[in-house]
Amino acid sequence: MSDVLPTIPLDTSDSLAVLEKSRSTAETFGIPLAVLLEITHRCPLQCPYCSNPVELDRSGKELSTEEWKKVLSELAEIGVLQVHFSGGEPTARKDLVELVKHASDVGLYTNLITSAVLLTRERLGDLADAGLCHVQISFQGIEEGLADRVAGYKGGHRKKLEVAKWTRELDLPLTVNAVMHRQNLHQLPEIIQMSVDLDADRLEVANVQYYGWALKNRAALMPTVAQLEQCTRTVEEARERLKGTLAIDYVVPDYYALRPKKCMGGWGRQFFNISPAGKVLPCHAAESITGLDFESVRSNSIAWIWRNSEAFNRYRGTGWMKEPCKTCEFREIDFGGCRCQAFALTGDAANTDPACALSPLHETIFKQAEREAEGETNRFLYRNFAGGTLEDENGA
Amino acid sequence: MAGPRNISVSEASRPVLPRHAKLKYDETRQVWVILAPERVLAPDEIAVEVLQLCDGKRSVGEVSDQLAAKYAAPREAILADVIVMLQDLADKGFLTEVREKTP
Repeated sequence: MSDVLPTIPLDTSDSLAVLEKSRSTAETFGIPLAVLLEITHRCPLQCPYCSNPVELDRSGKELSTEEWKKVLSELAEIGVLQVHFSGGEPTARKDLVELVKHASDVGLYTNLITSAVLLTRERLGDLADAGLCHVQISFQGIEEGLADRVAGYKGGHRKKLEVAKWTRELDLPLTVNAVMHRQNLHQLPEIIQMSVDLDADRLEVANVQYYGWALKNRAALMPTVAQLEQCTRTVEEARERLKGTLAIDYVVPDYYALRPKKCMGGWGRQFFNISPAGKVLPCHAAESITGLDFESVRSNSIAWIWRNSEAFNRYRGTGWMKEPCKTCEFREIDFGGCRCQAFALTGDAANTDPACALSPLHETIFKQAEREAEGETNRFLYRNFAGGTLEDENGA
Repeated sequence: MAGPRNISVSEASRPVLPRHAKLKYDETRQVWVILAPERVLAPDEIAVEVLQLCDGKRSVGEVSDQLAAKYAAPREAILADVIVMLQDLADKGFLTEVREKTP
């Protein structure tokens, strides 16, 4: 009877939590099981690899409390089971407790994806009382010096440790999210130990994915091949040693892979997210692809947008593909990789993702990444609403 | 703190789903699911029936008694199956138990 509880496993192809399904299940399920809600782009942190678009939504464009509540009700109604409250920093919204309460009331399972620095113990308690089911806290390193420098926020690391402790005291399950890159990969063994010490259930070792802000900071973040190999060995060893104590999800930077990732489980197949302004997007980076028109929850039903909108249908399936994807035997396995990366690096989202060894650009991109990894540039371009601020020279 | 996390399921255990694992009937897909952090589990009919009886009050033995009576099946076989199923769930971190308070 041990197989009576098959897990529908996570797609760890991106640092976001996506509930991956087998193909047959995906076809049966239609509407995604989990949806990412980026309820604001405001954030006190300035991480140079932020997954938000470079063009951030200002607070005046954000959906109102009533609009988000309507979205939550609609999601529950069409069959979504889980929502991830994310951002920006979701706790920057004053109405977060109210939104979590509403999500619970309509039967949604709620996850909070947070930097934690704005939380008080009382507010975390209120969120738990409102029905919050799971907390994920990002960490930038193992000690304040590096961690606070990466986040561009003094005192952040210490606060995160405190909030992680409160999370477990409130008996909420904790996931530690560690975004890894050249400047912090050496701290991975200690980050794993920190996760155990914090009594976390899960650790996401998520190497930076290079779009948007991270692409601008690639030269300061790209790891070397040797670093990445060491990282993989560390994760494999820890997984074995910590079986039953800490589950570890692992995401590698796809520049060093031969096969591209099945990004988002395939465009418009298993995932969508909603931006602060209410746009329904096939991926959190999708707005970086110019020429696509994304519809808003204000103008159409979410189910309609998912099924019928031009943006979702543009790269669905395999009909849009060009060579070498078009006749590739893996075309329904990886769906040609990531559309946003293809657009950012080749100028056409319908091209093969250069992360794929079959892309004519793969070799060039790989060499460039290797060169940058060996380079001396450690200065960050910090993420903010002003289009980024370059780190002081003496900071790096 | 609520119940412990690493548990060993026995006949005397009084298991219950922790607050972060929710058993729910999914109306859209017409299936039972267990919602957990970043996961959706798909329990079969028997697992659902067992979990509906696991309220932190009934022991695994009592749950097996009820199922044995309902299905007119040998209790020992049912007990063994129930323990395997619950242990699997516990190992995934999605089961806790109510323990007697120790003075």
